[in-house]
Amino acid sequence: VGHAVLAINGAEVNGRFTADGKDVLEFLGNPANYPVSIRFGRHRLSSNEKLMLASMFHSLFAIGSQLSPEVGSSGIEMLETDTFKLHCFQTLTGIKFMVLADPRQAGIDALLRKIYEIYSDFALKNPFYSLEMPIRCELFDQNLKLALEVAEKAGPFGPGS
Amino acid sequence: MSRPPGRKQENNKISRELFVLTYGALVAQLCKDYEKDEDVNTCLERMGYGIGVRLIDDFLARSAVKKCHSYSQTADMIAQVAFKMYLGVTPSVSCSSAAGNEFSLILDKNPLVDFVEELPAERASLCYCNLLCGVIRGALEMVHLAAEVTFLQDRLKGDAVTEIGITFLRKPEERKHKR
Repeated sequence: VGHAVLAINGAEVNGRFTADGKDVLEFLGNPANYPVSIRFGRHRLSSNEKLMLASMFHSLFAIGSQLSPEVGSSGIEMLETDTFKLHCFQTLTGIKFMVLADPRQAGIDALLRKIYEIYSDFALKNPFYSLEMPIRCELFDQNLKLALEVAEKAGPFGPGS
Repeated sequence: MSRPPGRKQENNKISRELFVLTYGALVAQLCKDYEKDEDVNTCLERMGYGIGVRLIDDFLARSAVKKCHSYSQTADMIAQVAFKMYLGVTPSVSCSSAAGNEFSLILDKNPLVDFVEELPAERASLCYCNLLCGVIRGALEMVHLAAEVTFLQDRLKGDAVTEIGITFLRKPEERKHKR
């Protein structure tokens, strides 16, 4: 049904194996390991898929803002399908932040702005990060993860529910 | 300053003295490294540019300001919001050309020169705060506004006031290609 196992007992799962090389099916097959908590979700995109998505969307965004009947359109803000919603936020400096989320998830606008703050803090203020390069900053990843967790926990009604 | 999520808001201010001393040390070192004043000025401007291209996103993320629709709005934004946010001072803005693309920011107080009276004789053409010009230029460039930013007057050089001139170089074109 298109869902995959994302984590077992809190440890992330990559394909069939956990981070420390255990075979997931084996682990689940052994009753001695119960009770076990399993997190399901949609497949995470691979880096390649992310790049393809980003470049395709970048072009669509540019075409969209040209075609828009509104003058001075700010481009595509949201793409809605049956199975997911893609939210996009473009900053005045031209950077686009994109979030793929469940259609029922609320609070994505706030999340996008939070991600902008996290980017401007942990990526831009890192002197060893060069602009326009992939972001490989520990602190950025950590804080991003935290922000995502907060947004996910908030569920369909947004944070503060 | 950055605020880690989930933790109590700590008082993240550091000492103003430390900041001013750091800037002074930077300029002093550049003066040792370069003989000519122009070289020091260029270096300061370049450093400022590197800061500006990063600072702009911090400014936009934190101040949540809307897009400016005119040069005059932009100049006001720089003086009243940005300078206030980062240096705690609010320069006054005036438009100095009929074409509407040249502006002056007059700085009453400038924290960077808190402890500097005047320039030494051998450094008469040093633009001590040239870093600021670079910051403004870099920040404007990232929002697709090309500008020239220089010190028109400098109290350190004996002028009456400290004045930064911003000249916007091109009419903002229709944004055909968003980055």
